[in-house]
This record gives sequence, C-alpha cells and structure tokens, in this order.
Amino acid sequence: MSTPLERGVDMLKSQVDARVESYFSSCTHCGVCAEACLFYTETDDPRYTPIYKTEPLRKVWQQNFTLWGKLSTSLGLSKPMTENDLSDWETLVYDGCSMCSRCTMVCPVGIDIAYLIRKVKEGMAAAGFVPEGLQGASERALKFGSPMGLTSKGLLSAVGQQKKEHDIDIPVDVVGAEYLVMLSSNEVVLYTEFLTAISKIFSAAGITWTVSSKYFEATNTGVQMGDSVIAAQLLERLLEVATELKIKTVVSPECGHAYTTFRWDGPNILGRELPFNVVHIMELLDQLRKDGKLKTTGSFDERLTYHDPCNISRRGGVLEQPRNLLNQVAPNFVEMNDKKEMNWCCGGGGGVSSNERAEPLRLQVFNVKKRQLDELDVTTMVTACSNCRTMLEEGLEENEMDIEVVSITELIADHLA
Amino acid sequence: MFEQLVDGIFWNIALIVFFVGVTWRLITVLVLRSKRIDYSVARNSGVSGAIMANIRGFYPRKEVSGRIRLQVIAGYMFHLGFFVVLFFAAPHVKFIAQNITGFTYMTIPYWGFIVASEIAFAGLILLWLHRLLNPVTRLISKRSDHIATILVFVVMLTGCMALGEASSELRVLHRFSVELLMVYFPFSALMHAFMFIPSRAFTGVLLGRRGVNV
Ligand code: SF4
Ligand code: SF4
Repeated sequence: MSTPLERGVDMLKSQVDARVESYFSSCTHCGVCAEACLFYTETDDPRYTPIYKTEPLRKVWQQNFTLWGKLSTSLGLSKPMTENDLSDWETLVYDGCSMCSRCTMVCPVGIDIAYLIRKVKEGMAAAGFVPEGLQGASERALKFGSPMGLTSKGLLSAVGQQKKEHDIDIPVDVVGAEYLVMLSSNEVVLYTEFLTAISKIFSAAGITWTVSSKYFEATNTGVQMGDSVIAAQLLERLLEVATELKIKTVVSPECGHAYTTFRWDGPNILGRELPFNVVHIMELLDQLRKDGKLKTTGSFDERLTYHDPCNISRRGGVLEQPRNLLNQVAPNFVEMNDKKEMNWCCGGGGGVSSNERAEPLRLQVFNVKKRQLDELDVTTMVTACSNCRTMLEEGLEENEMDIEVVSITELIADHLA
Repeated sequence: MFEQLVDGIFWNIALIVFFVGVTWRLITVLVLRSKRIDYSVARNSGVSGAIMANIRGFYPRKEVSGRIRLQVIAGYMFHLGFFVVLFFAAPHVKFIAQNITGFTYMTIPYWGFIVASEIAFAGLILLWLHRLLNPVTRLISKRSDHIATILVFVVMLTGCMALGEASSELRVLHRFSVELLMVYFPFSALMHAFMFIPSRAFTGVLLGRRGVNV
C-alpha cells in the first residue's frame, strides 16, 4: 500500500508530457506571469506568482526527467518532495488560483501555466490534499448527481414550479430532441429564471429541446479538483443520457467551466471524440439570431457592461456571440478596459467558489473587478456564467456597489419579439 | 598546453555536448513524449495558432505592458545586443567563416561593437538586478538561472577584453568561457533559446483550435 505522498508523486510523474517538458525547459523565471494574475496583483504576495504554483510538478519533472536533476538527486543535493510541500501548495493551487489562465496569455515563452496548475491538482488530488468544500461537492456529485446534492426529484419539482408559474413548456426526457440542455445546480436552485428564459426563446425559435431528469448537472467537480477519474465518471453519465435520448447537440448552460469541460477538455479526459456536438448557450442564441429565428423588440436602456467568463472567452473562444446579442438589445453597452481574452476573472473559477476556506482571499481579489467597474459607471453587469454571477453579486455586495448582475439569456428573453 | 586544449579537444567536446544535448532535448519534446492527440473538434486552425503564438510572443500585451516595462526593455537590450555581437563582430564572423560557413559576411565597425556590447551588458545587469531584488523573481529563480547569467556575463566580459586580439591569453580565456557555456547550455534554463518555439506552438495550437485570439 503506497503512502499519500507516493501516490501524489507518482501521479505528478505520470503528468509529465511533451508540453510539460517544453514549458519547464523554456521558463526563464522572468516573473511576467505574476503581473497578469489577480491573486498576485491584489495581494502583492509573490507566492501567488502563477509559475510558483506549479513548483511540485516542476520539482518532480526536474528530479526525474532531467540529467542534472537525476544526478543531483542521486548525490543527495536535491531535496525530495515531502508531504509538507504538498500541503503547503494545497492552498496556493486551490485557494489562490481560479484557473482563469490569464497568466498563459502573457508568458513571453508561451507557457500554458493553467495547464500545468491543472496537472499539479492531479497530484494533489491523488495525495488527498483537496479542500474540504471541493471534496464534499464531488462526493455529492457522485452520489446524487450534483455538487449541491440536488437530485432528479429536485429538478422535476423546479421544472413543475416554473411551468406552473410562467405557463411555459419545459420538455423532460424527450427522445430525439434536437438539443439536450444541461443545467448547473445554480440554475435550478438560485437562478430559476434561466429555465423560463430558454423555454420562451426556444419555443419562439421553434426548436425541439429537452432536459434530462436522469442526469442534468453541467458542472464537473472532478475537473475542479483535478481528479480525472471522477471527471471521467461524471462525463460518462452525460454520454449515457445523451445516447439514450438520441441527442445530436448538447447545450452548455451559462456556466464557463461546464462549457470548457464538455467542448474542449472532456473528449481528452475520456480519450475519445464525443458522439454529439457541444455548443454554449451563447453560441446557440447567436446562431438562432443569425438564422432569423431569434427576434427581439425594444431595448434595455441602462448603461451596462459585459463580464467575460474566463472559460467561455479566454479558454473557450466564445468572444463575439454574447456581444452580438447584447448589441441587439442594449444600446448603452460599454466594454471594460481589459476584456475578451484578457478579461479579469471574477475570482471564483476553478473550484474556488466551492471552497469556503478561500472566501476572504476571493473577496480580496475582487478588487480588480471593482476598479474596472468604477471606471465605467454602469448600473448593470451582464454575464454568461451563473458561477460568475454569484461571485460578482457577492463581490459587489461586499463592496456595497449598487450594480445589478443579469444573465444575457434572461435579458434576451425579456426582449423577445 | 592549455591553449592547445582550449582550441582543440575542449572545443570539440563543447561542440558535441552542445549539439547532441540540444538535439536530444528537442527530440525529447518533439518525438519521445508527445503522444497526445486532441480529441475535441477544432473550431479554427491549430497550425495558424502555433504560428501566431510564435510571432505574438515577441511583443507584450498592452494589458500588462505597463507592469513589465523593465523586463521587456532590459530583455530586448540584452538579446539584441548579444546577437549583434555574436553574429556580426569581426572576430566572430572570421571564426564562423573559418570553422563553419567558409565565407564571410557583413561585420559591424568597432564603435558598433562597443555600443552593442554595452547595450547587452546594461540589459543583462538590469535583468540580473531585477532577478535579485524583485520579490517575485527572487522567489522563483533557480540556481541554474544565476549560473547561466554569470556564465553569459563572463563570456561577454572576456570577449570585450579579448577584442583587440592583443593577447592570446585573453582570447583563450574567452574561448574557454564560451566552451563552458556551451556545455552548460543544454542542461539549463538557457535552453529557452530553442524551447520557446515548441512551447509557444503547443499553447498556440490549443488556443488556435479554440478560436481564441492568440
Ligand atoms: S512569465 Fe513564463 S517564463 Fe516568465 S516566469 Fe512566468 S512562466 Fe516562466
Ligand atoms: S490561472 Fe489565473 S488565477 Fe491561476 S495563476 Fe494563472 S492568472 Fe492566476
């Protein structure tokens, strides 16, 4: 039976691939990445330097995959990894990194630092160094199907309530529907207007869609923890229901990490192509707009701005679609100074939002968003990720800022022709 | 005796270690450990992403440029000054012609050498001071970063001292320091001189496929 440390080190060793090799071989330790990371810029603590967060993986790579490293380890000149090293880095990678990958965009030698941090998390998860909040969320996800512990019953009751209140149709378990819409628990429990909004839009557009009562959860705690085994198990559940319902296109809801997981990382976690297309709700709505199936009327005249969710824009490539939609209904839409692929994170991505321990730090790094908003003097902020929405609302409340956070989908639904 | 070794066997060893080492490191990245296939369906071309990322990396993004002015300016000063001296200083052109290409090409005048090497020195010293004094770079720098900086500094210093070719000892000292640098090169952070290309390419492919502006 191996120790947690051995499991962690073995997992880190198994993470070394061509990208890791080239990234660590080209890092000049110039420190530029720190200047792009909100956890460094808002705390001035050098330990939050992005590349420093990858130190456990770098150490394992250096000691096991480089000539000098092997030599100095065998001569006892290089200290082996200890459990303390891993426990020290737990807070750095889980509390002090929202996996926003802004650092990746500025590294002069092109290192995808977020990719390396994701790999460090694999080692942490294997060694058991995972924050309680995330661990609990993933246990609930495996047991009940959702990180909030929401079951099919909970979904069906929310659906029933929305149908009754708004006299709308929310199809459930429809075999052969064009689109399977996945939901984050947030959208079932907190932002129930989202379901109503998509129902109105889809019925106006005349497309067939469904939600699945068997597995509806869009978020993937395995990805947040950095545990590919759990991530794959949760993805398999999606594959199962999509196959049962004969779905051609899966729609990611307003959730950044769900989109990146389904669209980009999922196939690689599973090691095969997915048997369906994946689109983000923003892509689908913009396509419906282009096809003339989504017509709006009137306008939202408040001065508003758009918060780019990192996983949708910088990591997902969905940059123009939300802007196209906003330009259709919001004449007073203004952009933040750093936007699109260089936006600043809300602070709660990468599982930080599920990690209660990280809350004070998360609220501290929200200062960067506060500064961006102060420059604009807006009354409304729109976004396309329900996790960002919660984080933004909490940050605004903490800073006593009177700005309303709205979902684009809901904004569009409110202006349907 | 030492001169003969430096001009003979040491030089041959340094050349072999440099070329074999660099090639081996690059092969490790490009062939041995690159078994990944991306199973996601690409939105845009990964190849153009790789090319764009390799070009894009040469200038800083405006969103951070104000915060990294020193690294950018000093970095360019060092690299440009160093490459001008390396490839265009008269003794180097002569050496390259005699040992590698067989033909000579344009050289910089003496004053050009002085300007280029002073710019390179200033850049290197600024970068090193930044490495030592800035809390971020002080925390993340490794022993090999300092060794590499010292070796490059010594190579440049002995090169300047040997410039007049007044003394054979100084020339030998310069060549010996170059040999040390060449032997150290493949096993150190100096490898970034080659590795930045696959590194930018890997990230460029990922972002390019996803349709993100690299
Ligand atoms: S910016 Fe890139 S090269 Fe510089 S320290 Fe960070 S990861 Fe290393
Ligand atoms: S991914 Fe974002 S939060 Fe994490 S180190 Fe990079 S810039 Fe910082």
